[in-house]
Amino acid sequence: MRTRTYLKLFTSTFYISAFTFGGGFVIIPLLRKKFVDDLGWLQEEEMMDLAAIAQSSPGPIAVNASILIGHKVAGIPGALCTILGTVLPPLIIISIVSVFYQQIRDNVAVGALLKAMRAAVAAVIADVVITMGGNVWRNQRWLGLALMALAFIASRFLAVNAAFVVLAAALVGGLGASLRLHRKEGGA
Amino acid sequence: MILLELFWSFFQIGLFSFGGGNAAMPFIQAQVVDLHGWLTLTEFADLVTLAEMTPGPIGVNAATFVGTRLGGVGGALIATAGCVLPSCVIAITLSVCYRRLRDNAVFKGVLQCLRPAVVALIASAGLTIALLALLGDNGRTFDWIGAALFAASLFVLRRFKLNPIWVMLGAGLLGMGAYLIL
Repeated sequence: MRTRTYLKLFTSTFYISAFTFGGGFVIIPLLRKKFVDDLGWLQEEEMMDLAAIAQSSPGPIAVNASILIGHKVAGIPGALCTILGTVLPPLIIISIVSVFYQQIRDNVAVGALLKAMRAAVAAVIADVVITMGGNVWRNQRWLGLALMALAFIASRFLAVNAAFVVLAAALVGGLGASLRLHRKEGGA
Repeated sequence: MILLELFWSFFQIGLFSFGGGNAAMPFIQAQVVDLHGWLTLTEFADLVTLAEMTPGPIGVNAATFVGTRLGGVGGALIATAGCVLPSCVIAITLSVCYRRLRDNAVFKGVLQCLRPAVVALIASAGLTIALLALLGDNGRTFDWIGAALFAASLFVLRRFKLNPIWVMLGAGLLGMGAYLIL
């Protein structure tokens, strides 16, 4: 039973990592689809928490997210399975591609394929933003909406590093909760 | 000796690159081009293109690319290990904290504000890619094929909940045909 879980963790992340074009944010929707919708090993909320933690710790987001999921599902051995699954595809592909790099870069068909896939990647991200944004709205209403707008403006128009955006949001949340606690204790 | 230097360099890249993706690029350039001269600037630009057209995190892509150059398969493995080791230690620590603190009120407050921020960051990254897909590389000419692919992909994802990987492959192949023929 355990071995099957490990194997599933490895194959799932291997398969997802092999298709994650376009950076760490693309892997979150794919991981969500697999581990929340298909396997049911994580809840929607947990997935968002893990995505937030992956984003705010150093290193590649895809690697962080995989480690967090592996560890959540099956402890340290689980994390090892997902690390291997995430790292092996790019390792193998780059090793091969770097040899034929010149030919691949100048190939018209490859260029067209990548250009077309870019549009689909954008759609995948839009899909997950709609779903996740809807959840934020349902759970937190205007506060959630305001935080989303602020974070979007900071990262998009003010070019604030993503790590700082995450850190600021964490501070706001932590301070707000401490204040509420304090008031509750004071009032009682 | 070179293997040790490779490991240490990519360990630092893994440790200090917050924010993922493009945020890691300057760190990689500083280590690989400026400090050690393992790649020329042109080779580095090639690496960035290569990283963009292949799957996987840019840190791992760079580690494999530079590692293979300097020390073959062993070099690639050691550089990649260096790049992901900080992630392993830090992410597992955070995962343990998450499990312990899940029901703590302050930690709950932190997570509640983190979720909207993460959605916004994903939206911002998505918009960059969407603009590239709809307006082409120069950002001026409207790309009808790209727009059609985007709309069709989004429709099947929302309506039929198809697996994103199949949508990406399908759109890629369809679009490749369209771009080459039209």
